[in-house]
Amino acid sequence: MHWIPAIVAVAVVAWFVGTYNRLVRLRNQIQNAWHQIEVQLKRRHDLIPNLVEVVKDYMTYEQETLTRVVEARGTAVSAKGAAAQAEAENALTESLKSLFAVAENYPDLKANQNVASLQEELTGTENKISFARQYYNDSVMTYNNTIQSIPSNVIASVFDFRPSEYFTAGEEDKAVPKADLR
Amino acid sequence: MGGDTPRRETRDRNVPQTFGRSCPKCGTQNPADAVYCNLCQEPFAHRGFSSLRPVQMLPFNEAAASNVRMSRLLFLLLLVAFFGLGGVIGKAYGSLELGLSLALILYAILASTAYFSGSSIVLSIHDAREADPEEHQQLRNVVEEMKIAAGLPMPKVYVMDAQGINAFATGRKPEEATITVTTGLLGRLSREELQGVIAHEMAHVKSRDTLYNVNAVVLVGAIVLLSDLFLRDTFFFRGRGRSGGGGGGRGNVAFLLLGIVLAVLAPLAARLLQMSISRQREYHADAAGAEFTRNPLGLASALEKISREGAEVPGENRGTQHLFIVNPLRTFTADSSALMSTHPPTELRIQRLRAMAGVGG
Repeated sequence: MHWIPAIVAVAVVAWFVGTYNRLVRLRNQIQNAWHQIEVQLKRRHDLIPNLVEVVKDYMTYEQETLTRVVEARGTAVSAKGAAAQAEAENALTESLKSLFAVAENYPDLKANQNVASLQEELTGTENKISFARQYYNDSVMTYNNTIQSIPSNVIASVFDFRPSEYFTAGEEDKAVPKADLR
Repeated sequence: MGGDTPRRETRDRNVPQTFGRSCPKCGTQNPADAVYCNLCQEPFAHRGFSSLRPVQMLPFNEAAASNVRMSRLLFLLLLVAFFGLGGVIGKAYGSLELGLSLALILYAILASTAYFSGSSIVLSIHDAREADPEEHQQLRNVVEEMKIAAGLPMPKVYVMDAQGINAFATGRKPEEATITVTTGLLGRLSREELQGVIAHEMAHVKSRDTLYNVNAVVLVGAIVLLSDLFLRDTFFFRGRGRSGGGGGGRGNVAFLLLGIVLAVLAPLAARLLQMSISRQREYHADAAGAEFTRNPLGLASALEKISREGAEVPGENRGTQHLFIVNPLRTFTADSSALMSTHPPTELRIQRLRAMAGVGG
């Protein structure tokens, strides 16, 4: 019966390799999810100048709202550090929301194909940001669950897999911006 | 559609409008004859026939693994069937080897077609064209939103011309996935409803239901086609045998028998296909899709619109009916037999989705 220890050893090694690889995969998934959020935030930054350009001819009486959007974008683009960035992005979301709310009063604007297209693009990006955050948090949960539960926590502690942090949005950020011009 | 009127009657009588049983665990309203809670699957004390059966909520990787296994089984079963038939024909003509090798060649062609170009066959059956980035901007955006929520690569997006509201997904694996919607759907669903439908399709992709479904379309479709062919040939051969007088009589008998066997087999295979695809996958995709959108009411309201305004799709094809989010050919009611249905009754799907969102009955 000298082969029994050998089989046990092989099984242990297989489990070890499998678990380690799974942890690595989950950790990379979190990083990927985080980049996904950044890609969408960047896309929003890129879209805003176009929107402002198209909209400003129609909204002559709303210069203040437009300025606020442009400023919020500037702050968001140059924000350093996760906390400051999150705050700036939230402010940007807010300013866009008020812009779209004001836009409701301009029938010409609503009829403009170009504006409608930009608006859809921004709504889509807005949604993509929140779905990317949702996916990020889901990934963090799976990863944290794995590194904290028995038996995979053994490997996690040996190889220093640390728990990841959730993305927490401000209360106002949870509400989907009302951007329907239809 | 001659059977339309009686079906509508049964439907009206059996729509679970009058819910008689609220779940003791979660409080969801269920039909009076329910055996399980439609939402939380809690079994009720009362026993008897009910259309509600518990749905296992598998994690995506397990659902995907099961679909891969099922697809392998499908290919294996077909291989066995081909070898059996090839053997019979070969023996009847006096050369077992020839029959077997012919069967193997035919099988290889068929199986590789099913595996490698199943998706494109389905797409061309329904005349789907790739979505235009400008014209279908919203559709593409919503698909991208859902692929982010599902953590999948971007699928190809197609549009097919049809008045009915419907959608389907294909693709062996997520990397090759396609999602097709009808123009009727684009015109009539709100953004929120569209999101619900796309999330449902994305869930099919993620759990690799699409692999099994598409393989099934081509393989079973081919069996039906072959059976038609053999049946025709059988009569053709028999006719010629008579006029030619003698010669190949043994072969003719074999062909006749084969034709009869196939004629019996083909509908059976089609039935089997519908059984295996079943309601479970649809319920599962509904629930998983709601997990992506975090908004079960979007899909619920889309399904309501579909059942009100119709899901018809041109080029109606019995081989592809199970692919769609709602069956384009038939309506299933709460009392439809589970064995005969490709989809759960839409009313129950809506009820389940609303219960997820905490909206009673």
